[in-house]
Parts: sequence; structure tokens; C-alpha cells
Amino acid sequence: MAGKPKLHYTKGRGKMESIRWLLAAAGVEFEEEFIETKEDLEKLRNDGVLLFQQVPMVEIDGMRMVQTRAILSYIAAKYNLYGKDLKERAWIDMYVEGTTDLMGMIMYHPFQPADTKEKNLALIIERATTRYFPVYEKALKDHGQDYLVGNKLSWADVHLLEAILMVEECKADVLSAFPLLQAFKGRISNIPTIKKFLQPGSQRKPPTDEKFVAVVRKIFNI
Amino acid sequence: MSGKPRLHYYNGRGRMETIRWLLAAAGVEFEESYLEKKEDLTKLQKDGSLLFQQVPMVEIDGMKLVQTRAIANYIATKYNLYGKDLKERALIDMYVEGMFDLNELLMKHGYLPANEKEQHFANMMDKTENRYFPVFEKVLKDHGKDFLVGNQLSRADIQLLEIILMAEEWKPDVLAKFPLLQSFKARISNIPTIKKFLQPGSQRKPLVREEEVPKVIKIFY
Repeated sequence: MAGKPKLHYTKGRGKMESIRWLLAAAGVEFEEEFIETKEDLEKLRNDGVLLFQQVPMVEIDGMRMVQTRAILSYIAAKYNLYGKDLKERAWIDMYVEGTTDLMGMIMYHPFQPADTKEKNLALIIERATTRYFPVYEKALKDHGQDYLVGNKLSWADVHLLEAILMVEECKADVLSAFPLLQAFKGRISNIPTIKKFLQPGSQRKPPTDEKFVAVVRKIFNI
Repeated sequence: MSGKPRLHYYNGRGRMETIRWLLAAAGVEFEESYLEKKEDLTKLQKDGSLLFQQVPMVEIDGMKLVQTRAIANYIATKYNLYGKDLKERALIDMYVEGMFDLNELLMKHGYLPANEKEQHFANMMDKTENRYFPVFEKVLKDHGKDFLVGNQLSRADIQLLEIILMAEEWKPDVLAKFPLLQSFKARISNIPTIKKFLQPGSQRKPLVREEEVPKVIKIFY
């Protein structure tokens, strides 16, 4: 029985959010089982369903997949979001690793000690505007096409939109110097599956607030 | 133009070592340009050679590839070390991502200040012996075959051997409870390209020495 993929994670974004985005963009319906307490995580561990005792874990196609990148690569390849050949895959991989690094900084931000938070936020904005966004702006400028790689929607485009929206939550006008990224954002947001995911009531998760930080700390003992 | 891949990094393991292993195992000769001081890194950044201003960077097939995983994925696919279909790739990816996580822990240790080392050592060996090695021992036990995935050599096997040897540098008897990993280690070490890479004089890099750490930190910070 194929069934829908089932995601095991907390109710927050964390490392699962990119997976939710990619499934949604591919038009794949999925179910979620939320870890709300430390005991929920312990149960999964004791059941032996987490290869390295960690989440994310996604039940998909008869597998219990773990490791964020493994899951994302599988979904991308399965739903034709991974380019048409080895070279396109290389570009997609490079771009996605960049947006992963950027989103990783944002993901950890709520967990930073209070006295370094402001400096950390400044670093996120600096990296976004001087290291990452210029790369994607240039990629779009150089080929003049609608998508980052191969003139076709790929994982790289979905991931970049996710990253753009996350950075905008930190600084609303962060795209002011990047006209092509602004147009890209408008364009990709309008893709029907993605537009649907961006609407209230979808499985997209909200940013992590202080209250949720406390919940996460308890679950993972961090 | 030689046509051989050219690696840009410092003369140490860091994040480039896994790439050296994969190329060596695939029997691909490669050249290296070493960063020795900050100016070397700045020059590459100013030349526009580094997509995100970072190394590793590998010049290969007309591209300047960056990002460790993107580079490793490319090499593994090109040299048929990535399984035969999507499901094998999924397994390889899961195993290899676990290995990258452990690699981070092991690699970091040499660069930590003295007062952080003891606790880090305990954590890294705990993860090695209780989280990661049991998984790979079980994989080998469950299918009884020589290689981790698909009954043929893949990047998962190469990366596992790399990790085993790194862990043994810190704790020589770390494989004591893992008989199948012991025979795996011997078997994979004997593959001709890998055997060659394990010999003195190869491009395999040694464990970072304490005296070198400040020099490496100066390049990047």
C-alpha cells in the first residue's frame, strides 16, 4: 500500500520545513505525526524507527527515511525536481547547499543566547545580502530565464523561495537591492501548488517563537 | 590544461578529505592547490572562483564546484559510486549523511581549545560507538554482503572506511565490539585504489597537529 508520506517531527519548522515545502510544491499530499513531548521522541527511538535516533523521519514508499538531505534528494528525484543530467544536478546541489546554510543560520537564531541574538541577526542579514542573494540574482541575470537551473522548476527554486521568505521575516525589505529575486519571488509564489501552500490553513509552519523554543528544548534536551 | 580535477583547500583534511578519498577510490588522479595564508583565500574570493566565497572548491569538467556535498555527489555519480537506482541512492544518502555528521565531530576535535577537548572526546566516542557504528554493523549483518548497499562498492563504503580510520586514530580499539566492521575495514582497505591511497606518499592527509591549528584558523578568520 503506497499511502501518503508521513512526516515525524515537532509542530515547528526546524529541519522538516524544507521537506514540507518540497512535497507541497510537487503537489504531494502528506500526513504529519507531531512530537510534542520528550516521551514522544523516546517512543520513536525505542520503537527502532529512527536510524540514527534522530528526526526528521519520513515514511515514504515503504522506507523510513531519515537525514534531511537524503529525504529531500529522494523527493526531488522522484518528482522530477532535480534537473535533467549530472551537470544540472551539480548546480542544483550547489545552490541548495547555499540556501541550506543560510536557512540553517535562521533556524538556530531563536536558540541563541540573548546577549548574542542581535549580533547574530545582523550576521544573517549580512550573509543573505552579501554572500547568498547576489549569487542567485546573478544566476538569474546571466541566463535571463525564469528558473535557476535548466529553464525548468527544480528543488533549487523552491528552496530559494523558502529562504527568501524566511529572511524577509527577519527584515522585510531585504530584497530591495535584488530586482530579479523580487520578480522570481512573485513568479514562483504564483505556481499553483506553491500558492496553495502559502495560503492560511496549509501545512506550512509559522516562525519559531520563544514559547516554542522552550518546548523544543524540552523535547530534544538541548 | 591537464584535465585532472584540481582541489583548492588547505594542506589538511578538513572538509576536503572525503573528496580526496572518493577520487582516489575511483582511481582518478587529481592535483591540489593549497591555501597557506589568508591572502590565498582572499585571492580566490576576489577572482570570483568561489561561488559562496568558501572552500572546498574543485575544478572539474569545466566547472568550479563548491559545497562539499555537491562535489561529493558529482564525483560519486560520475564514477558509478552512487547505487543503481533511486532507492539505492536513498539508502546511500541516509548512511552517508550519518557519516558526514560523525565526520564533523571527529574533524572538529583537533581544532578545539584544550579546555573543551575532554568533554568533546567523550561525546564523539559515545556517538561513534553507540549511535553510528552499530547501525553499519547491523546493515552488514542483516544482508550478509560485502558492501553496504546493492552488493557493489559505493561511496557509502568508502566514506565508512574513512570514518573508521579516523575514529581509530582517537581510540585504537573502537571496533572491538564490531566484528563485521573489522572485516569490512580489511576488505575495503584491500581494494587496489584504496590500498594505494592508504600507503605513505599518497595524497591522503594526516591528522591535524596542534601546532598547525593557529595557522589554519588564521586563513579563515
